[in-house]
Amino acid sequence: MRRMKRYELIEHTADMGLAAYGKDLAGAFANAAYGMFSIIAELEEVKEVESRRIEINEDDAESLLFEWLNSLLYYFDVETIIFKKFDIMEFGEGHLKADCCGEKYDASRHHLKTGIKSATYHMLEVDRAKNRVQVIFDV
Amino acid sequence: MPKWSGKLEKVDDFRWRIPKSYKPGMRVDGLIYTDEGMLPHILEEQALEQVANVAFLPGIVGYSLAMPDIHWGYGFAIGGVAAMRVSDGVVSPGGVGFDINCGVRIMRTNLVKEEVTPKIKTLIDAIFYAVPSGLGSKGAIKLRSGEIDEVLIKGSRWAVGKGYGNKEDLETTEENGEMKGADPSRVSGRAKERGTPQLGTLGSGNHFLEVAVVDEIYETEIAEAMGIERVGQVMLYVHCGSRGLGHQVADDYIKVMLQSMPKYGIQVPDRQLACVPVKSQEGQAYLAAMRCAANYAWANRQCITHWVREAFCRVMGISERDAGLELIYDVTHNIAKIEDHTVNGKIEKLCVHRKGATRAFPAGHPDIPKQYASVGQPILIPGDMGRTSYILAGTEKAMQETFGSTCHGAGRLQSRAAAKRAASGRDVLASLEAKGIQIRAGSLPGLAEEAPEAYKDVGDVVRVAHGAGISKKVARTRPIAVVKG
Repeated sequence: MRRMKRYELIEHTADMGLAAYGKDLAGAFANAAYGMFSIIAELEEVKEVESRRIEINEDDAESLLFEWLNSLLYYFDVETIIFKKFDIMEFGEGHLKADCCGEKYDASRHHLKTGIKSATYHMLEVDRAKNRVQVIFDV
Repeated sequence: MPKWSGKLEKVDDFRWRIPKSYKPGMRVDGLIYTDEGMLPHILEEQALEQVANVAFLPGIVGYSLAMPDIHWGYGFAIGGVAAMRVSDGVVSPGGVGFDINCGVRIMRTNLVKEEVTPKIKTLIDAIFYAVPSGLGSKGAIKLRSGEIDEVLIKGSRWAVGKGYGNKEDLETTEENGEMKGADPSRVSGRAKERGTPQLGTLGSGNHFLEVAVVDEIYETEIAEAMGIERVGQVMLYVHCGSRGLGHQVADDYIKVMLQSMPKYGIQVPDRQLACVPVKSQEGQAYLAAMRCAANYAWANRQCITHWVREAFCRVMGISERDAGLELIYDVTHNIAKIEDHTVNGKIEKLCVHRKGATRAFPAGHPDIPKQYASVGQPILIPGDMGRTSYILAGTEKAMQETFGSTCHGAGRLQSRAAAKRAASGRDVLASLEAKGIQIRAGSLPGLAEEAPEAYKDVGDVVRVAHGAGISKKVARTRPIAVVKG
């Protein structure tokens, strides 16, 4: 069976974005996070040794996506954790609870690629019918 | 991507107008500074739609402005300027951007190219090691508990107090590197957590340190006032911003604005334009937090300046005084400021958003340093790694037309992915070295994204700004060595 594409990059003049897909919307959110960290680092080199539980409550699905990705960037900035596995345990219109696994950045083994400052609301889309989300990053 | 095919009228050789009849809801016209040569590329993306969208925002006066380096951003276009009445207008974090007070400064030196080039490899290595750069880097500065608040209030003055640089640096920094009205209690714990370990780091993306050489002087008298004396003179650039702290402040307040907009009956065509009245509690809180982030960025550039000076003096075997390492100026290009401007013959308090745009105040303006009182504010326009950068001066025309604003850089031509397809990091490195430009970079893919070919020629951008009279060409520099974040 052919594996479904997890995400694809969107070109934008100054910045970079992605569209992510999933079996359900939670899957698309997980794949958007995976895609974001694929922009930041070579994920093959990253082990699953550190785990953080992230819980977010927002007014709507769009804000949930914005906050989800920016929360992960916060952990990357503060704890230098590169995440690669996202287990979303609870998911609703404005609620998400996930265990995120990855590894602290180690300059001797990891390759970082492109810095991401933030997810933006520009062209941000949550398509419930197609289980597809889209986001443009400020890089 | 569809080509932009909205309404556009040519005003003169350097100005095009989007009439407010283009879209119902536009409160003012859009005004774009460009020329026939650069316009076709601008029309290939949606930047002008963003200029039109900004014209929807309550309280906007004059025009929704686009500087000559305009390109497609998120919400606001990059190279956008919008001024809103403080009395009944709005402030929008999207009009400032995520990297609050991303900015650039330039130091002069007494040395000429021939004295520096024999040691250029050692020099750029020393600068590369002295300043933490690239993704994932941490600063060498250890703040004691709560000290981040002092950084957020005092900005550059905090850094100078710690021995990073000197008092004169403060005089030649926009806002003296210390924006008043900064309130750390408006900055979230998350933002402070992100900013604390990153103070004194360059970051990644388009941030850089550069050793450059003056290659042309256009206005001798103005150049001399800025300490630019001859062709061949060596200059040092620092370009960076407020790191994770600024990004978090922007994230936090865009959310606040989205939640608060309905309360104020504001609707916007793009959520990234989220805004609230300047005078509202949320608007004031954002401005107080934004000023903290701006001050953090100034402290950051000030610390980096100190390390660059130390590295330069050590490698060149010269004292700081003999090296003449004076700061010409430091400008911010992502900011919102409360300024007085003349609107319809009357002085009004405005909230001027400059997103990828530089302040360009003329001679005689009270807010510019006294040594520039007769020549106008220095404006620093960095180009790409391979070509040139410019030093301009502010003009009266900018005060009349653009709320004292001009361009900020070259503006991107290619997406990052397209740049990487066109050339690898190694190719970019080799072609720059062939041109006699030393490069040090933390990340080769990052370097490929910043290839000179990915940018417009900053000379074209400056020609329009100069031609339209919104700033005046003073001098041009060329890089001889660059550290890329």
